[in-house]
Amino acid sequence: MKLPEAEQLCVQLVGELKARIGPQTAMIGLYTGGAWLAERLHAMLRLPEPLGLMDIAFYRDDYHARGLHHDPKRTKIPFDINGRDLLLVDDVLYTGRTVRAAMNELFDYGRPASISLVVLADRGGRQLPICAQHCGARVEVPSGMRLRLRRDAGDRLALALEPERAA
Amino acid sequence: MQRNPQLNANGELQHLLSIEGLPREVLVQILDTAESFVGVTEREVKKVPLLRGKSVFNLFFEPSTRTRTTFEIAAKRLSADVINLNIALSSHTKGESLLDTVANLSAMQADIFVVRHNSSGAPYLIARHVKPHEHVVNADDGRHAHPTQGLLDLYTIRHYKKEFTRLTVAIVGDIMHSRVARSLIHGLTTLGAPEVRVIGPQTLLPSGVEALGVRVFHDMRAGLKDCDVIVMLRLQNERMGGALLPSAQEFFKHYGLTGAKLSLAKPDAIVMHPGPMNRGVEIDSTVADGPHSVILPQVTFGIAVRMAVMSIVAGN
Repeated sequence: MKLPEAEQLCVQLVGELKARIGPQTAMIGLYTGGAWLAERLHAMLRLPEPLGLMDIAFYRDDYHARGLHHDPKRTKIPFDINGRDLLLVDDVLYTGRTVRAAMNELFDYGRPASISLVVLADRGGRQLPICAQHCGARVEVPSGMRLRLRRDAGDRLALALEPERAA
Repeated sequence: MQRNPQLNANGELQHLLSIEGLPREVLVQILDTAESFVGVTEREVKKVPLLRGKSVFNLFFEPSTRTRTTFEIAAKRLSADVINLNIALSSHTKGESLLDTVANLSAMQADIFVVRHNSSGAPYLIARHVKPHEHVVNADDGRHAHPTQGLLDLYTIRHYKKEFTRLTVAIVGDIMHSRVARSLIHGLTTLGAPEVRVIGPQTLLPSGVEALGVRVFHDMRAGLKDCDVIVMLRLQNERMGGALLPSAQEFFKHYGLTGAKLSLAKPDAIVMHPGPMNRGVEIDSTVADGPHSVILPQVTFGIAVRMAVMSIVAGN
């Protein structure tokens, strides 16, 4: 099956987001795919605030079943989030649980004025009342597969399907 | 071959009893996770919800302020409930056995036991008898091991020196009675530090210490030459004046870290000490408070390292 071109979706998202940028706008990407996408969007939009990066490992709701994953990244939010209009960026929106965890973590940093969700692809399958305000494309994903963003050595982004890892 | 009692069937950390025998990947996972927790401890809200609803029992059969406090802070920052038990003052003195004490606490729904005991092997004994969902963290067992102190030393070294593979590390003083030294030596060799030196008088070096892969020095000036990291150990008061050592003054003269001796190490060397310090015995105040000293950051990193250990074992 043919997946949308990630690079084109980036251009499309930038066009959409430009109109939304205000003096309080700041961007935060979720590791790992969301961070790659956020790096790209942040550069293309020339946002004045440095980019924030989050690893939601300490806020996941499946810690008791799965434990901590082995390669945690350090969350770095290099600006005060109080009163900000945050663009929260992830690569693929699925169950909504990652976004829930990310919002919980964000509120331990302060009280943003607003949070909008930006994703490259929405594959449906939501388990929580969460939706993206800016979405590159809707993608049907066959069961047993997961949709991931990849970045090659030349920094090119591409969507890819791969078998789901056994839980 | 018998399985390492610290690891579960998947090779994941189930209990932390000793650095000895832990694979490199597990050490790196702990240090990486601790780094993420250092970020948490720098925020306005210094808590994460990982251990919400879990109970951490601090079982201290020996007095300790710093270690117990940092474990308590770490557990609270993970949102666990913390119960401190000073067993030296409680039913243990009435003759209750160690395993009976633990069985009673387990009946109170414990999830993690943090154990300090003066007998090597007490945490191992407890780990063998707890339920599968219960975890044991060794907070120092006699002369054997003090793994979280060793881990926070490793974290501190990595923080300032970035990698281990080119470092010369000197551990100075009472190696014989130090659990910190053993834990640290095992960690450093596992992580690839090419040269670990131990420096001290013959009477305070355990026989056969070379077998741990260290170079032995009795002359401090020779031992400190070109070191990147200097770890000073505490000289316990009860060791002085006896057969092992003539006096504190004599020890300071030969093995106390002064500015002059420090100048033999590399210009960017860091000075560490597990605390509590005896100023004027193993370390001069000007060094302890000087620009090379990272002794207070060690304490801060210790919280993040203990958060990492507890959150990793409780999740496995």
